[in-house]
Amino acid sequence: MVEMFAAENGLKGDARLQAISNAIRVVPHFPKQGIMFQDITTLLLDHKAFKNTVDIFVDRYKDMDISVVAGVEARGFMFGPTIALAIGAKFVPLRKPKKLPGEVIAEAYELEYGSDCLEMHVGAVEAGERAIVIDDLVATGGTLSAAISLLERVGAEVVECACVIGLREVKGQRRLNGKPLYILVEPREIDSC
Amino acid sequence: MLQRALIFSSSNPICSQLSTTAPPDNTVFPKRNGGWIIPFSSYQLPAFRFRNYRRTLLPPLCSASDSAANRPNMASQDEQDPRISNISSAIRVIPDFPKPGIIFQDITTLLLDTKAFRDTIDLFVERYRGKDISVVAGIEARGFIFGPPIALAIGAKFVPMRKPNKLPGEVLSEEYSLEYGKDTMEMHVDAVKAGERALIIDDLVATGGTLSAAIRLLECVGVHVVECACVIELPELKGRERLGGKPLFVLLSST
Repeated sequence: MVEMFAAENGLKGDARLQAISNAIRVVPHFPKQGIMFQDITTLLLDHKAFKNTVDIFVDRYKDMDISVVAGVEARGFMFGPTIALAIGAKFVPLRKPKKLPGEVIAEAYELEYGSDCLEMHVGAVEAGERAIVIDDLVATGGTLSAAISLLERVGAEVVECACVIGLREVKGQRRLNGKPLYILVEPREIDSC
Repeated sequence: MLQRALIFSSSNPICSQLSTTAPPDNTVFPKRNGGWIIPFSSYQLPAFRFRNYRRTLLPPLCSASDSAANRPNMASQDEQDPRISNISSAIRVIPDFPKPGIIFQDITTLLLDTKAFRDTIDLFVERYRGKDISVVAGIEARGFIFGPPIALAIGAKFVPMRKPNKLPGEVLSEEYSLEYGKDTMEMHVDAVKAGERALIIDDLVATGGTLSAAIRLLECVGVHVVECACVIELPELKGRERLGGKPLFVLLSST
């Protein structure tokens, strides 16, 4: 298995994880019927829980010689830069098409219906750099997989992908090109209050 | 090309006031006689510190043949925070993006310079820490890069101001003008409470349309917008005048 939940990997019983989970709001049927949307904006309103989220990632990565934190637009931007600053790494935004102004490389990925594309600036990352990829949530892993490809295409080593929220893999089905995945909490079905 | 550092002084008590005595080392002030501070780097071509970047050889906007009024005033160099010129030179200028005639200020290169990025955040944090600010509102998407580190450092919440249909909960919407057409900005209604004190953060202010939409959204629910803060201002587009009297603080000004 390539995925690791924080509570099962060094943070068993850590009270911060429960507080982080509780701070995430579940919005039923968004963007469409049947989807229980995990809304991290409420986590960002809880200063202590938000800080703990960042601190857990910083503690994990600060001694791993990481020089690149790549964040996936747009919610990856909310977590990645603070982590990058704390561990002394660069922050590299991975963006939807036509947002980055300089020369880019692009990687397509599949959506439920159709496909989308992720871009990264040429020259932002050098061959041999050790990178992590950050996003708020991982579902199928399609976006993270595209992010990993972009970094590997320029010769970087993707050490790990990190997400605040992630479902458990279903029968090993997650597209991550074999890279490890570190997740803080699982999604909740409904809000408890 | 980025040439200057300035701070907008206003009657807002948290803004620095013009002073006739020597300022502390880290303070950023306009020149005392009302002119602009021009750092040394304005006479140099942009220097790219990252080996894999293309060099964009643009003529400096301010050349050596300019009048004496534009030459750097050595005494005023001491007034500019020494971190500003590194921040300025870390920003890449890209001509004709997103369309011909526009000179795009690309902050992604700043994010690759760990010291300059940290200094950028520190400059904002030093200004706003201890000022009872409970909300940092960041405008999608580049405001999401600068806002959260500032919010976390000053103990405030971070509130994303987003394009339509991204926020899942109940939202307030505000329309604003673009050069051609309109766009809409949204905020979760329950993200903020009446009486809270807020900052609005974005990477750059041009016409001020986006910032003024954000101000209206926050004020609509009774939040007091203390200041707008950006890394870069394009003063010729007069965004500063469109903020409903709200003060604007920037690190760099570009013409």
